[in-house]
Parts: sequence; C-alpha cells; structure tokens
Amino acid sequence: MGLLTVSPSPHVRSEMTTQKIMLMVILALVPAVIAGTVVFGPRALVLIVFCALVSMMTELVCRKLMQKENTISDGSAMLTGVLLALNLPVTLPLWQAAIGCIFAIAVVKQLFGGLGCNFANPAITGRIFLLLSVGSDMTAWVKPFYYLDAPVFGLFETSGSEALDGLTGATPLATGDAGLLELFLGNVGGSLGETSALALLIGGIFLIVTKIISPAAPIAYLGSLGALTFVWSLCTGGEMTDALYALLSGGVILGAFFMATDYVTTPITNKGKIIFGIGCGILTFVIREFASMPEGCSFSILLMNLLTPYIDRFTMTKPVGAKTPEKEAA
Amino acid sequence: MRKLGGIKLSHHKQSENCQSVSLPLPEKVRIPMSMHIGAPCSPLVKKGDTVMVGQKIGDTDAFMSAPIHSSVSGKVTAVADYRMSNGRTCKMVEIQTDGAQAVCPEVQPPVVTDKESFLSAIRESGLTGMGGASFPAHVKLSPKQKVDTLCINAAECEPYITSDYRQMVEAPDEVVDGILKTMKWLGLPRCVIGIESNKPEAIRILTEKTAAHPGITVAALPCTYPQGAEKVLIYNTLGRIVMEGQLPADQGVIVMNVSSVAFVSRYLKTGMPMITRMVTVDGDAIGSRCNVIVPIGTPVQKVLEFGQCDMEKAKKLLYGGPMMGVSIGDTEDPVLKANNAILAFSEAFAKKGAPKSSACIHCGRCISACPLNLMPPDICRAYAKKDTDALGQLKVTLCMNCGCCTYVCPAKRPVAETNQFAKALVMASARK
Ligand code: SF4
Ligand code: SF4
Repeated sequence: MGLLTVSPSPHVRSEMTTQKIMLMVILALVPAVIAGTVVFGPRALVLIVFCALVSMMTELVCRKLMQKENTISDGSAMLTGVLLALNLPVTLPLWQAAIGCIFAIAVVKQLFGGLGCNFANPAITGRIFLLLSVGSDMTAWVKPFYYLDAPVFGLFETSGSEALDGLTGATPLATGDAGLLELFLGNVGGSLGETSALALLIGGIFLIVTKIISPAAPIAYLGSLGALTFVWSLCTGGEMTDALYALLSGGVILGAFFMATDYVTTPITNKGKIIFGIGCGILTFVIREFASMPEGCSFSILLMNLLTPYIDRFTMTKPVGAKTPEKEAA
Repeated sequence: MRKLGGIKLSHHKQSENCQSVSLPLPEKVRIPMSMHIGAPCSPLVKKGDTVMVGQKIGDTDAFMSAPIHSSVSGKVTAVADYRMSNGRTCKMVEIQTDGAQAVCPEVQPPVVTDKESFLSAIRESGLTGMGGASFPAHVKLSPKQKVDTLCINAAECEPYITSDYRQMVEAPDEVVDGILKTMKWLGLPRCVIGIESNKPEAIRILTEKTAAHPGITVAALPCTYPQGAEKVLIYNTLGRIVMEGQLPADQGVIVMNVSSVAFVSRYLKTGMPMITRMVTVDGDAIGSRCNVIVPIGTPVQKVLEFGQCDMEKAKKLLYGGPMMGVSIGDTEDPVLKANNAILAFSEAFAKKGAPKSSACIHCGRCISACPLNLMPPDICRAYAKKDTDALGQLKVTLCMNCGCCTYVCPAKRPVAETNQFAKALVMASARK
C-alpha cells in the first residue's frame, strides 16, 4: 500500500484547466487566421506564427530573469501573440511586430506579475503602443488579394516597399467605401484578423457554446454601439445601415469577442461584464464620431480595462443569507 | 422557484444495487471518545474490563455531546490517546472481541411518553447526525426556537455513496416510522423529504409509503451538488433562507439525515444504541464494491479487505465522499458514527485530486459554482492581506466548505481551503 495521500477536500477536480481555456481561444481564432491568410496571403500566416513565437520567447526570458516558474505552457503568451498579430496590418515589418510582442508580454504582463495580475489586455496595449510609435506603418493598409500581384506573393514586402505601389488602400472605416457584404466576409483592407466578421463570429460563437466566455460583454458591446450609431444616424440623417457598418468594421467584432472577454482584464461577474460591454460601446462610438479617429475599439477596451477594478467593486454578488447592514441595525 | 445552484458531478453510484450485508466481526475495535461535534466523552471502562454489546463505555455531563457504546462484546485491552483526523487528540477504547456478541442487559426499548422522555431517549441512543457533520441528535431536536417543519436530508449528493439510498429502498418503513415518531413527540405538523432525482426508486417508494400521511411530502430535487448541504436543502425544499449566524431552527426547521431518522425508529423499538452503521465501500481500488453494515470502531483495514481492495493500488483512502470526505492516513483508523462511505482510490486518482495550482485568471467560475454566491477570488485576496474587515464584508463565514469552487477552478487553486483559513481568521478576530 505504501504511503497514503492525505490532502484536504475536495478530492476530485474538473477537467478544465487554464491551458485548455487558452488553447480553446486560440482554436476559436483559427477561422480568422485562415480568413486573414486567404485575404492577405502567406505573409499573414508568417506574421501570426512569428508573433506567437516572439511572445512565448519573451515570456520564457522574463520568467527566467525574474526567477519565477516557467509559465509558457499555460498558452496565454501564445494567445497574446496570435491576438496581437491579428491586430496588425500584413505589411508591418517583422522587427516592429516583435517590439509590439515584447512590449505586450514584458511590460504589460510580466512586469505586473504575469498572468492574472496584469490590469490591461496585453495584445490591445501592444497594438496601441505600435500605433503610437510606428503609426504610419501600422496604418499602411493593402488591398485584399494584393499578394496575387506582388512578387513572391508579397512574402517579403513591407509597408513602403516599391513593389506595393498601387496595391495599398485605406481601411473602409477611414474612407467609408466597402459593401456590407464585403465587410462581413472579409474582402476588405484592414488588419489581419479584423477583416472577416464571419470568421470571427464563428470563433466567438464557438467560445460561447463551449462556455469558455460569457456572451454578456460582446452582446452589451455590440448592442450599445449598434444602438448608439443607429440613433445617431437618425438624428444626423445618416444611412440606416450605418449601425451595421459600425459593427462590422474597425475590429469591433474581434474586440468584442476576444478582447472584451479576456478574463483577467474584464469584470468577473456577469453584471460587471454588461457594464463593461456598454462602456466599450459608448466609448467606441464617442471616439469614432467625435474624436475623428476611426479606430475606437482598442482605446475603448483599454480604458474600460482601467475601470475594471472599480466595476468589480460595485458589482459584487450578494451572498445568500447575508444580512444587509440596515437589517442588522434593525 | 429558483433553486440554489452548485455543480454537476458524475455520480459514480454503481453501488446503488448492492444489497447491504453485515461485516464479519473484527477481532478488535477501537472506539474514539469523540465522534461528534461538541465535548468528548470520558471513558467509563478501563483496561481489563469486560464489556457487552450496547454497553455504554463513554459519556459526559456536557449538553453538546452524545454517549458512546461498545459495538462488540469482549475485553478492553487499552484506553489510549488517539489522534483524530482534525489533528486533535481524544481518548480511545480498544476492545478485543470474544465473538459471543452477548448483548448488555441494559439494552431495553426506552419508555417514551412525552417530548422530554423522547429527547432523553435520543440522547441515550448515542445518535449523532449520520450524514457527515455528526451533530448530536438530541441537541438538534431540542431547539429553543419554535420549529414547525422536519426536513429529511435524503439528497445523498456526494458521488459514490449509496448507503442512504439502500436504507430508503431496503427499509422504507423504518424511515417513515422514524419520521412519524419524531413529528409526534416534537409536535411538528409538517415534514419534507428531499431526494435527488437520480434516485427515482427511492422517490417512488417513499411517496407511496407517505401517501397516507398528509403532513409528509417528498420533494424530488435536481442532481446538483451540494443539494444535501443544510442551507441548500432548506432553501430548495422550503424556500427558506438560513441567514448568517442563524441555525436552521431559526427558520423553523429541523434537518435530519434519512439514515438518522431510520435509526430513531429502530432504537425506539429495540433500545439498541448506535453501534453499527451502513457504509458504502467503493473506489477504483476496490475489487467488489458493497454496502456493508459495520460495527463502530472497526479498523478501516477490515472494511477494505471485505471490499477486496487492491492494497498495492490504493493510494488514497477517504472517509465519506470525494467532495467533502476526509483523507484517511492509517488503515488502522476506526470507522466512526458519521462515516457513510469508505472509498479507496488509485494513485492516478490521488494525483488528479491534488494538482499543482497556478495563478488565478479571474475567470469567475468559482463564483458561478458557489451555491451561496460567495466571491472566492476576493476572499483569497483579502485573506492574503489578512484584512478581516473585507473578509467580513465578503461573508466568508457563510462558506460551508462544499468545495464547488475548488472543483471548478481551472487554475486548480485550493479556493475552498483558503476560505476555511479566512473563516478561522475572521472568527478568531471576532472573539478578541
Ligand atoms: S466558497 Fe464555500 S460555499 Fe462557496 S463553493 Fe466554495 S466552499 Fe462552497
Ligand atoms: S475559478 Fe480559480 S481561476 Fe477562476 S476566478 Fe476562481 S479562483 Fe480564479
């Protein structure tokens, strides 16, 4: 018989692990990865794999330097890399992408103590960091299927390269010309992952059905942004389809299902998640309409990340059988 | 009505069709003087004494206690210190059995004429809650508050365990008789029997048997763990909330385990005190799972042998179920009044049940799983800071250590355990 294991109850555990959750989210991003590769060519895939690898290496080195346990196997660094890559234009030079990943993992995540301790979403912050530092490369969009006309399918072309002359274009949000159906399917310029709403929705629904994420935040986000844009279009005499347009462009779907549902940086209760989603919706609307920045999604999620601890404090659950202070006094 | 939730578990109730059998008499029993919540008993016998079946061998004057009787006839070979699973020490009487099982002449059916005599009979019977918590029954049955409802806990929500179920299908008349006697002597007009719906046979039999008694209803409950936790059961059967700092009696309810109430019936008829109990023997190291009636104090080893336990394979032994059961450290440890199961598991099971933990990812699964809507991540954080005010606001004292939060945590954090430390901290600071 030998030594018996003596441990506190419970003696059984569910099959779900942190690693499984992260891998499921990565799996849910596969349709978007495929769509991005189809629309933007092989360089898209290279960029995604590259970012995943750099993020994982950064995680490894940081944990070594801080003499903490190696956490690379939990999959969260890989997820951050993939998510960040999906937020980049396909022509971004690799060194810039690497800097974004290193910033996301080393500064935003590990400096605060690693998984679970960061207050802001590493992928979003990484994207914003790149937008602020190498803005022109970050907003150099190429046309869908440009790679068919580029040398070696555009594998080695980065923004500014002469070979890409005539193949670039602005994102639909900046110019406002792309059909709704094109937006939905992904046949538009933009960053890697945000082009195909359909691919992202497949992934998002997969995560909701498998109960990895709660639908609260995405529904609240998309609902409030759609409603606000709709009302605004009524007031300002815009098109009835403005609302749909707002939802399908500018990475909102990617943000709503994959960033506004990040466990660590969003509220923990469903009530909190709804508030978070509505906050994101309002901020995205305001930034787009009044700050004349087409890109509101990343900023609004980051701002709501910062508010999360406060939302958490005001949306605590009421324990069953808890006496409220008034009752105690009575 | 919305019910208090919990988690879905695989039931593993393969022993449900195992007819109860009696364990062969062990050569010796070791009977601790504390098998209940409250004051331990003092031994009434000394080394060299001969004792008989049903003879009282431990008692105390304390109200919150229950006497202890010999489960065998034989000779006291030692009265020694015994280290209990909670780390405390109590006296223990070791008896060498003589095989005769001669019954003590004091074992006579009690004369019960009113509430007083009923309660004193219950005390003398040595009955303590048979569901696991082991609360002295006579204390539970004599609340100062006005009570109107008897709630019978027949949920048996822990995986593997089927001893309550066997009691219900093998001797439902004992259950009904025990309920009727308890209602009669305590003047309770109403009784509800809560059974998880994975026991349709028990629900059918008891519904049939209680049909003639309008005060008694059978409630089929969803199979969510911890359906049998007192607060959850009371809410899900009666819709009453036991508030913090309250006992069920404050809500007019007395909760009794179904096996306990069946024992009441047997005791009133025979006067034989609590010296045996039915135990489910199961787990992946057990060769032949069974429900076995075991003399209190029998070494766990004997029970495992009876279940053809693969002793090489068994690496984790449990008193009770996998959610709230207690690890057994030594196979010589005795079977206690509250043990509804002895489970033996392999190394693989043991490893899975005590995994390495990693950082909390703020996923909220523990909060959704908690039947009482507590917030374990916030409790853990406040506990790390030893912030007793925050812990008080988080109502950690409500935590019933059901383990749902730990079970679901993907980071495999021992959340429920931390809550118990936090609870102890709050209670210690409240005493100051
Ligand atoms: S916090 Fe307490 S009551 Fe809630 S699930 Fe965990 S152990 Fe059970
Ligand atoms: S289930 Fe575990 S990881 Fe999730 S919030 Fe609770 S303690 Fe944290």
